[in-house]
Amino acid sequence: MIAYTLKRILYVTPVALGVSLVCFLLVHLAPGDPLTAVMPIDATAEQQAEMRALYGFDKPLPVQYGIWLWKVLQGDLGTSIASGRPVALEVGRAVGNSLILAAVATLIGFTFGTLFGFVAGYFRNSMVDKLASAVSVLGVSVPHYWLGMVLVIIFSAHLGWLPPTGAGPDGSGSWQPDAEHLRYLILPALTMSAIPMGIIARTVRALVAEILSQDFVQALRAKGLGEWGVFKHVVRNAAPTALAVMGLQLGYLLGGSILIETVFAWPGTGFLLNAAIFQRDLPLLQGTILVLAMFFVVLNLVVDVLQTLLDPRIQRS
Amino acid sequence: MIALDPDRDRGGPGTPLLAVQSLTKHFGRKASVFARNNAVVRAVDGVDFTVRKGETLGIVGESGCGKSTTARLVMQIIKPDAGEILFDGEAVGGRALSLASYRRQVQMVFQDSYASLNPRLTVEDTIAFGPKAHGLGAKAAIARAHDLLHRVGLEPARFAGRYPHEISGGQRQRVNIARALALEPRLLILDEAVSALDKSVEAQVLNLLLDLKDEFGLTYMFISHDLNVVRFMSDRVMVMYLGKVAEIGGSDSLFEKPLHPYTAALLSSMPSMDPDKRTEEAPLAGDPPNPINPPPGCRFHTRCRFAATLCAHAEPVLTGGDDHRAACHLADPQSGHPRLAA
Amino acid sequence: MAMAATETLPIEASASPGYWQSVGRRLLRDPVAMGALAVLVIIVLAAVLAPWVAPADPYKATMVRRLRPIGYPGYPLGSDELGRDMLSRLIYGGRLSLFMGVVPVLLAFVIGSGIGIFAGYVGGRINTVVMRTIDVFFAFPSVLLAIALSGVLGAGIINSIVSLTVVFVPQIARVAESVTTQVRSRDYVEAARASGANALAVVRVHVLGNVLGPIFVYATSLISVSMILASGLSFLGLGVKPPEPEWGLMLNTLRTAIYSQPLVAALPGLMIFLTSISFNLFSDGLRTAMEVKQ
Repeated sequence: MIAYTLKRILYVTPVALGVSLVCFLLVHLAPGDPLTAVMPIDATAEQQAEMRALYGFDKPLPVQYGIWLWKVLQGDLGTSIASGRPVALEVGRAVGNSLILAAVATLIGFTFGTLFGFVAGYFRNSMVDKLASAVSVLGVSVPHYWLGMVLVIIFSAHLGWLPPTGAGPDGSGSWQPDAEHLRYLILPALTMSAIPMGIIARTVRALVAEILSQDFVQALRAKGLGEWGVFKHVVRNAAPTALAVMGLQLGYLLGGSILIETVFAWPGTGFLLNAAIFQRDLPLLQGTILVLAMFFVVLNLVVDVLQTLLDPRIQRS
Repeated sequence: MIALDPDRDRGGPGTPLLAVQSLTKHFGRKASVFARNNAVVRAVDGVDFTVRKGETLGIVGESGCGKSTTARLVMQIIKPDAGEILFDGEAVGGRALSLASYRRQVQMVFQDSYASLNPRLTVEDTIAFGPKAHGLGAKAAIARAHDLLHRVGLEPARFAGRYPHEISGGQRQRVNIARALALEPRLLILDEAVSALDKSVEAQVLNLLLDLKDEFGLTYMFISHDLNVVRFMSDRVMVMYLGKVAEIGGSDSLFEKPLHPYTAALLSSMPSMDPDKRTEEAPLAGDPPNPINPPPGCRFHTRCRFAATLCAHAEPVLTGGDDHRAACHLADPQSGHPRLAA
Repeated sequence: MAMAATETLPIEASASPGYWQSVGRRLLRDPVAMGALAVLVIIVLAAVLAPWVAPADPYKATMVRRLRPIGYPGYPLGSDELGRDMLSRLIYGGRLSLFMGVVPVLLAFVIGSGIGIFAGYVGGRINTVVMRTIDVFFAFPSVLLAIALSGVLGAGIINSIVSLTVVFVPQIARVAESVTTQVRSRDYVEAARASGANALAVVRVHVLGNVLGPIFVYATSLISVSMILASGLSFLGLGVKPPEPEWGLMLNTLRTAIYSQPLVAALPGLMIFLTSISFNLFSDGLRTAMEVKQ
């Protein structure tokens, strides 16, 4: 087990390095001089020279990458042009908010997704199946930023039950687990849960249908195992994959949260990303993307190892 | 009717068409720090044999003995780890004989008739592919395809435009043979080519093969696990066991007086129509060992009735006359095997 | 979301002629798939024939008649925040939205297939290097990668198409490599290689025909994702620039109107949704029709 974990870490390391390289190159992809990309417009010549020396913009590219990587490993993600604060600080504050949103959304999506998927798979090809499948196709096809808008229209503008934007009253910067803030969480989380719900429902349906169709399930029934027993058996077999998909969805939601967070002005990493793009704040952009991508890589690794723990048959080379 | 074309026969009648020496191929998993077993499958382990011009060499053995791998090594579909292949006296891939030129002279017919045909191509397109790839014009290639279809017994008018799933297994195998002949090879390797066919169809295809051999002046390597068929088809026979040659010799000589205990065991397991020939004891004991960890010394000693301590320590080499040799200490009068002393 | 695409795609079964006809017949008998196809055809036709179908000029703004509701005289689906006719803008918007959905997938299909087939056929260390590089891109969630690239390159149609193509190339390349590796190990490919033909001829005659089908089917399933992503980029202000009509961009500019004219504000998103779900339903129907063994 430990050997397998170590092997996976070894396997993932070059990928992680590649990811960091891509993030590093982003700044150089931007049109114009990379130096101006990381400095405010009104920087003096001295400040520019200082920055040049600090980041080594006059050195060859691989050396720059090395300098940048070394700084990153020490926790220095640069300084935000717009706010002047360290990027690491900004991202750190925002990550918490996004995590909460993504986690709740994943949980909702997982709960309803497994419910629909299970029902659909158990009663395959019946009306219930068709209904449940329809709901899951809807979940996958709907543009979630539009869904957010529609929910805001219905529950905020029209009914006035829930607040349209923000994470807390008076535009508070971070979400706290109390009754007041809960109201702010509902709409964004629901919106976000649509896609994972759809995907998990589809996956679970296919899994359940496949497990039930296997010959030895019939054999179990013939031996007198009641429906509850069969049910437990299906759960045990479907769980590893379903949980893996859930884990991956959490990663996708975290990485792709920018759209929902923009609609709801939720102060998470996605919102930060949006601001960074529009202020052309490349250090902030670069730092946020790096953190999110790394999160995704680590999450994939964790899901991979956990899945093997649950089902030893799954082992990738 | 193309007899042994004197222009193509560069080595002369005395040179074997194919000479294989110390052919070796190991399939291994890469040794890595975390790998649990650095298992190496010694599929072919130092194999020597020759195929004379105009003859049919039969190759027999159980599953896992390395016959198919040997065929693929000869075809150069897989690269050998060690060993030499001489075709008509010239080294394959050397200066005198390029790989492309070698490929034109050696062709193979596979076992699975369906998998060896591209489902998207018509029969004539499949046959014409090889010649076209070597520069023959499209029309001429199709014409050759039709001609070959006729020679393998499939009417071009009916079969040329058909797809593989529209014809039977026996017909597909004929197409495969036609495809192999399209490049006018000198050596044809038949790897279990009739094993998947029904018995009646098998007989037809075998007779077709014999006719074609005469007509085109071909040389065959005939691989099979069916001893009756091998005896019917072959002039000489080679018996393989766990990646090594156990015995090689003339067909009649080998079948009537086998020198290697393994060959004897194989022969006695052949069901016979003759009620007088009864098998008294089980010919072979135990399961075929794993090619990953072959037994030390003689590979067969763990299942051999005549095994002695000598056999567990020393690996026998092929000994005997020019025409019939076996890799067994019993065949070597100087080996010191206890049974010989008697 | 690159699910086990290759396990459900019949590779050689799809090769025999007559297969696609039977798939077509099965599709025709599927009401959901046919309904979805009908909707798609209408949307596509409306987009293509926009100059003849749209009642008004999509760019003509009148500040006097801003944000009129659905059914207002002269504005069948209302007017937007600059007084432009919604119906016309929605019809014209289909052009850009569909364009941005299809073109990246098409480009990614060509590039991704090239990379994947090459890596799959060549095998060995080159394959490992290529696929691991692709893995790096897989380490980014698609949305994040698209936004990162767009954010860096700047707004605009070309930039968006580039970003989206980069997002989809790895996915298609992976499927292409997987399918090619399977086909390459088949006997008939070995026989073709053994005949001494050069690699290009073998790939052209024996590999391509058997490989492009499954890859193409996978690629079409990406179209709805591409559309939603492209519109999402425009929604963030990273894709199409105003005053071009595009559904995502329209959603963005109409956001402030959700309090005054919620129905009008929601219309562009409805179009995205309709198109996307039609694509998905049709694609599902196609897969089901393809899975049945002959």
